[in-house]
Amino acid sequence: MIEPSDPPAAPAAGRPLLELEGIEKRFGGVLALAGVDFTLHEGEIHALVGENGAGKSTLMKIIAGVHTDYGGRMVLDGRQVRFRSARDALDRGIGMVHQELCTAPDLTVAENVFLGNQPTGRFGRIDWRRMNRESREQLARLGLDLDPRMRLGDLPIGLQQLVELARVLFSGARIVILDEPTSALSPPEIERLFAVLKRLKSEGRSFVFISHFLDDVLAIADSVTVFRNGELVETAAAASIDKTWIIERMIGRGHHELEETYTGSIRLPRAPSAPPVLQVEGLSVAGAFQDVSFSLAEGEILGIYGFMGCGQLELARTLFGKLRPDAGSIKVDGSARRFRNTADAAAAGIAFVPESRRSMLFGEQPVYRNMTIAILEKIDRLWLRPRREIEIAGRHVTDLGVRPADPLARLGALSGGNQQKVALGKWLTELPRVLVMSEPTRGMDVGAKEDVVRIVTGLREKGVAIIVVSTEPETVLSMATRVLVMRKGRMVHRFADEAIAKDDLLAAA
Amino acid sequence: MTTASSAGAKSWMIGSLRNVAPLVTLIFLIAVFAFMSPSFATMSNFGNIMRQISITAIIASGLTFVILCAEIDLSIAAIANATGIALAFFTLQPDYVNIDNVPLWGGLAIVMALLTSFLLGVVNAIGVTRIGIPSFIMTLAMMQIGAGIGALLIRGQIAYAVPDLIKTLGSGQIMGVPWIVVIACLVLLISHLVLTYTRFGRYIYMVGGNREAAEYSGVDVKLVISAALVISAVCCGLAGMLGVAYFGSAQQNEFDDYLLDGIAAVVVGGTSLFGGRGGIPNTIIGLLVLGVLNNGLDHIDIDSFLKVLIRGLILLAALIINVYAQRLRAPD
Ligand SMILES: Nc1ncnc2c1ncn2[C@@H]1O[C@H](COP(=O)(O)OP(=O)(O)OP(=O)(O)O)[C@@H](O)[C@H]1O
Ligand SMILES: [Mg+2]
Repeated sequence: MIEPSDPPAAPAAGRPLLELEGIEKRFGGVLALAGVDFTLHEGEIHALVGENGAGKSTLMKIIAGVHTDYGGRMVLDGRQVRFRSARDALDRGIGMVHQELCTAPDLTVAENVFLGNQPTGRFGRIDWRRMNRESREQLARLGLDLDPRMRLGDLPIGLQQLVELARVLFSGARIVILDEPTSALSPPEIERLFAVLKRLKSEGRSFVFISHFLDDVLAIADSVTVFRNGELVETAAAASIDKTWIIERMIGRGHHELEETYTGSIRLPRAPSAPPVLQVEGLSVAGAFQDVSFSLAEGEILGIYGFMGCGQLELARTLFGKLRPDAGSIKVDGSARRFRNTADAAAAGIAFVPESRRSMLFGEQPVYRNMTIAILEKIDRLWLRPRREIEIAGRHVTDLGVRPADPLARLGALSGGNQQKVALGKWLTELPRVLVMSEPTRGMDVGAKEDVVRIVTGLREKGVAIIVVSTEPETVLSMATRVLVMRKGRMVHRFADEAIAKDDLLAAA
Repeated sequence: MTTASSAGAKSWMIGSLRNVAPLVTLIFLIAVFAFMSPSFATMSNFGNIMRQISITAIIASGLTFVILCAEIDLSIAAIANATGIALAFFTLQPDYVNIDNVPLWGGLAIVMALLTSFLLGVVNAIGVTRIGIPSFIMTLAMMQIGAGIGALLIRGQIAYAVPDLIKTLGSGQIMGVPWIVVIACLVLLISHLVLTYTRFGRYIYMVGGNREAAEYSGVDVKLVISAALVISAVCCGLAGMLGVAYFGSAQQNEFDDYLLDGIAAVVVGGTSLFGGRGGIPNTIIGLLVLGVLNNGLDHIDIDSFLKVLIRGLILLAALIINVYAQRLRAPD
């Protein structure tokens, strides 16, 4: 451990703590890393950026002892190491927050904070009182006021992500790897997280920070490394570069990050005069949201913006029949509907993409089955026609730019961003009447986000009524023709037919 | 790098271990018994084994649907027993069978018996999917209910008569092959076709693989699980009717061994108790392992009281191999 009395290391000037040389990793025939040299210095926050599937997570899993089968050398503190397991890496002071949540939903918040590391009293008895107290303190440092005895799975995904962050950040690891830690967080939580990172950094801890949010990267990182196709392209001090520099190295010239288009204000178009497809009136779910009303016409994209936990996720689930409303009504094409389950909602022409990949995809199944599950009813009667399914999925995989573009690949073998594209592809064959998407661009790289905007806009032109729920202002602004802002379960503002900017949204939420 | 390039082959090996391990167990058992007893590896004994596993096969086919959904059915033996007794109850019995039964025309008796199993399956389905009782508990209760129905109908007696059709299918032969073996093969085949080539079969795998994701894809998860439980119950009903003819009598506790055998056949074959992986080919291997084990132990000369223990230990070993094979997954 670093002594607390050590002076805070200057960015990228601390001594090299972890050095990787010629790291190579293959998955079957896929070369995921082609000889990467990478150095992490003591007391720095080192950002990794790169397209979906560039190999960022793979490299970090090697460092964290998850992948043990690789070529090349790893040197920690001047000594060569080869971890046998994640536990092994953790014992040597390397902790990782994975891109996919790795929590135990059935355990309590406190148990998750101390997962694998419970404080014990005499005879190995678990010291519950201490565990609950300390987890409460640690969560408070991230600005959370949670009852540590709650079941974790009952919390919204953003809070679950924070609990997992707390576990790794306060585990005492001196190298902490954060793989897209902010993807489910809204601006206030991100700010708090960054403050904690800065404080821990000044105590001499080192971080690797993977993100597709380039503004965040430039705000928090000391150095930035760009990956492309399994190779390390370049490392630079964050202070000496800008977004254009990064994007050029990630995907080449000629692309702008989405956000850049919306730093100024955009003008929302006038509402179309088409008849409404979806009408929601006075919808409430106790404890989640109250009295939400709106209507949505063909070819409209309604953005629903709000901070984490404002009830927007529950609203989306209610529209898809997963939650039952306590009050209010939902009308599709003018007729009132009561959904008993999600199958009813799907039959009424509503489609849903939830914010968490884990609850949308089948990791053990090939990509094509993941894509066709939602439309089987429409394309097959009794007997399956796998060849047709593969052909349909093959088309979407190409359209969406999923890599590898192989409908037979096992879904679990795809990188995080590519899995998200598959989740979106589910609803593209048989167009629904209403498409409800929660965080549709989570975990996607700059280019992929552009693709999603293109695809969603295309659907809109084909007459699908779309709802985009997000905690990212950019996502909402890049697609929506109308915006609703929610705060603490209530609709607090509507934007339509006017110019709005990111700041207006933040101010309204 | 040598280490990196062998990773593909290695992960393939690990991936298929769940299927390979039971097969290796089977071959190993056959080899051991063939070596230890000359009467084991004969054509006629092969016929014996097939006949002996037929009833289990029909029960395990239905159970495979349930386990693939990540649920369990502990009422399989009880439903088979209740159905078999119901069949006898609706058939005219000889005078010395002292029960107040309701003799019906044979065809109707079969329908009534099947209806019994169907209804018990529906009750299971309602308990699990509508009321929300875990299937482990619900079917445990059904185990008692099934036993209770059987006891009420038969009142401690033994009934012998069953409709002619069932008598033929349960104990007759066609071209030298027992009908019951033919039916078991048919049930396995149909189950396999349904699971692999139909939309419903796909839903079963998807619900077992990730229930939440199936729900968010608009699949009626409760309906799929209900269907699996009803299919399981009806398969048990069929097995119960044929079993009564096969054994030549209907009485209480007649099918008790089939609870363990049915579950063991599915699980030893490599179908995951966590759902989503496995299938009828696995169940077939599991049935053969079980059949060879039960039959082979009768062919070698050991203390018959020791056999039960040995059987248990070998099953345990097969399960341990299985669990390890399932735990070793291709690294993500
Ligand atoms: N378990 C696996 N089996 C097979 N291939 C894999 C596996 N994990 C990753 N890959 C492949 O390795 C490559 C790199 O994936 P990785 O997850 O490192 O990407 P990433 O840079 O983290 O992308 P993202 O931004 O989408 O998370 C991809 O082509 C991916 O398909
Ligand atoms: Mg990744």
